Amino acid sequence: MEILSGWGRRPRSAAHVMRPADRDLLRRAVSDGAVIPRGLGRSYGDAAQLSGGTVLDLTGLDHFRIESGQVVAAGGASLADIIDASVPQGWFLPATPGTRHVTVGGAVAADVHGKNHHRDGSLGSHVDEISLLTAGGEEVRALPGHGSFSATVGGMGLTGVVLETTFRLLPVETAWMRVDFVQRPDLPSVMEALAEADRRSRYSVAWLDMLPGRRGRGVVQAGDHASVDELPSRHRSRPLRRAPMRGLPAPSLPAGAVPAATGLFNRLYFSRSGQGVIEPMDTFFYPLDRLAGWNRLYGSSGFLQYQFAVPSGAEATLMTVAEALTGASTPVSLAVLKRFGPGGAGILSFPIEGWTLSADMALGDPDLAEILDRCDRLVAEAGGRVYLAKDARLRPELVPVMYPRLDEWREEKARIDPTGRFRSDLSHRLGLF
Amino acid sequence: MPLDAHGRPGRVLLLGGTSDIGEAIVRRFVQGGTHHVLAAGRKPAAALDDLAARVEHLTFDATDTATHGAFFDDVFSRHGPIDVVVVAFGVLHLPGEAEQNPDLAVEMADVNYTGAASALLHSARRMRDQGSGHLVVLSSVAGLAPRANFVYGSTKAGIDFLARGLAASLADSPVGVTIVRPGFVRTSMTAHMEPVMFSVDPDDVAQAVVAGLAADRGVVWVPPVLRPVMALVRMLPPALARRLG
Repeated sequence: MEILSGWGRRPRSAAHVMRPADRDLLRRAVSDGAVIPRGLGRSYGDAAQLSGGTVLDLTGLDHFRIESGQVVAAGGASLADIIDASVPQGWFLPATPGTRHVTVGGAVAADVHGKNHHRDGSLGSHVDEISLLTAGGEEVRALPGHGSFSATVGGMGLTGVVLETTFRLLPVETAWMRVDFVQRPDLPSVMEALAEADRRSRYSVAWLDMLPGRRGRGVVQAGDHASVDELPSRHRSRPLRRAPMRGLPAPSLPAGAVPAATGLFNRLYFSRSGQGVIEPMDTFFYPLDRLAGWNRLYGSSGFLQYQFAVPSGAEATLMTVAEALTGASTPVSLAVLKRFGPGGAGILSFPIEGWTLSADMALGDPDLAEILDRCDRLVAEAGGRVYLAKDARLRPELVPVMYPRLDEWREEKARIDPTGRFRSDLSHRLGLF
Repeated sequence: MPLDAHGRPGRVLLLGGTSDIGEAIVRRFVQGGTHHVLAAGRKPAAALDDLAARVEHLTFDATDTATHGAFFDDVFSRHGPIDVVVVAFGVLHLPGEAEQNPDLAVEMADVNYTGAASALLHSARRMRDQGSGHLVVLSSVAGLAPRANFVYGSTKAGIDFLARGLAASLADSPVGVTIVRPGFVRTSMTAHMEPVMFSVDPDDVAQAVVAGLAADRGVVWVPPVLRPVMALVRMLPPALARRLG
C-alpha cells in the first residue's frame, strides 16, 4: 500500500495504487472492490484517496487532441500539457484553476472555476461530452442535460472514471494578458473594486492581506487576453510564444517562519500596481506554479485551504467570516477573493452567484477546528457552501444544508453505481452517499 | 476513513470504558464531531450514555489476551474503519501495598502492560490493513523515573517503551501513535491517594489529547511543564532524587 494525501498533506491514508497503462487494464481495475480515481493530487483534502481501497492513478492515460477549437482529452491529461499544445495554435482553456497541474478528470470532478467565472462559468459549462467508465465496466456517453453528466461534473470522482472529455476552447490572439492592478485599503473597498472590475474584464480576482490589523486590504487584478497590437513590438512577431516561467523549488521553512514569509510575500504582492500592464499568461493565471511543491512550506503537519462561497446579498456573512479567520491564532497566509456568476452544470458544483473567499492556513492548532466549524455554520446559514475539492474537515451534518441538491445527486449516484464502489475518504467522512 | 485534517476522528474505540480519563477524552472527541463510540470494558460504561453520538458497549477483558484476536477482528470488521483506539484501561494500587503484595504487582503488570501491549499490537495491525488510524496510549510520568510508585511505574514504563517502538515501526504507515504522559490525575482510580504537585483533571488530559492529534504530536505531557520537570528528575543522582521523593 502507498500513503496518499491531498495537496494540504493531511489527512493521510494508505491504499493500493494502480496505474493502468491502457483502457483494458483500467477496465479490469474497476471490476471489483472499492475504488477512486486520482489525477495529480491537487485536491487539497481527502477527495482522491481511499483508506484500504484501490486508488486509480490515471496520469498514465494522458492523450489528447485539439481540433477546430475543441479538445478531446483523456481523464489523465493535464491542463499544462493541453495549453502547451493549444496556445501556440491560438486556443486557451475556457476555465482554469490557479494551477495548470491538474488533470482533466480532476478538473471535471471538481467542476473547477477560474478568474473568469463571473463571465464564463465553470469548466462544466464548456464541456460537450464526457465518456464515463462506470463500476459495471460500461462506457457511458454523458451529454449535457443527462443525469450522468450533471452527477459527474462536480461529482468528486464518485460516479466513475472520466475516460475522455470534450470541451470547447477559447480563441486567443496572444499568450499575454493586459492587466490593471488596483490597490484598496480594506475589504469593503476591495469588494467594490472587484465588482467594478467584473463589468470591464473577462478575468478578475483580489488578493487579500488577512493578517491582523490589515483590514483585508487587497489588490484587485482585472485582466483580459491581450491583442497583438497591444504587445510591445518585440513580442509582436511571435505573439503566441509563451514566456518561459522559471521554476523555483520551494524552500523548506521551519513552521514558525510561514507567517513572516507571508508578510514578506504580501508586501511584495501588494506593491504591484499599474494600468494596462502586459504580462505573460502564466504569471497571470498560475503565479504559484513557479514555486514547485510550495505545499511543503508548511512542514509535515500540513495546511488547509478554507474556500467557501456565499450568495450575493450575504456580504455581511463574508465580512464576519473574514474577521473570524483573521482573528484565529493561526494566520491566514494567502487569501483570494472572487465573484461568482451563476452556478454550474453539476448537481454538486461549488459555484453559486455571489462571492468566494479562499484562505490558506497552517494546520496544527486545535482552536482552528472550532473557528472553522463556526465559519461553516455562518456560511451554511447564509445559503453558502464550502468547496469539496478543498475540504478536509467539514462536518457531515452541514453537507445537505450547503448542497441542497444532495439527494438528487444521490439518486443519480445510486443509478450509475448501485453498489457504491466508487468511494473516497471524502465521501466516507462527509457521508455523501 | 482517516481522521480529518484537524486530527478529529469519526469513530472511536475506547478500551477501558469506565476509565475517567477515557471518558473525558471521548467527550472531547464527540464535541469535535465523533459520531460513533465503541466503549469496551468488563462493565458497560453507563457514564457515556448521555453523549451526542451513537454509543455501543462491548465486553472486553484486558487480561484475557487469548480473546483479543477475536475481539479486534470483530470490532474492525463489523464496525468498519476505526479512526482512533484509546487504550485507557489501567489498575493502580497504593505504592506500599503493591510492593508488599506481589499478587497486586502482577495484576497491575497484567492489565497495564500485558493487556495494553496486546491491545496496541492487535489494533496497530488492523489499522495498517485499513490504511489509516491513530492509537492513543495512556502512559504516565510514573514510568519515567522510579519513585515510591515504582511498581505501577514499571508497568507504564513498559507500555511507553512498547508504544515508542511501535510508533517508529509505523512511521512508514499512515497509522499514528500519540503517547500521553500525565502526572497525577484526579480520578476515581486515584481517589484514595493524596494529590501531588502538577495534579490535573481528566478533562485536562482530554484537551491535551485533542491538541496532540491536531498537531500530530507523538508525545503529549499533561501538564506540559512535566516534560522539563521529568528531564530534570531523570538527571538527579538517585540519592538526591530519593530525598526529594
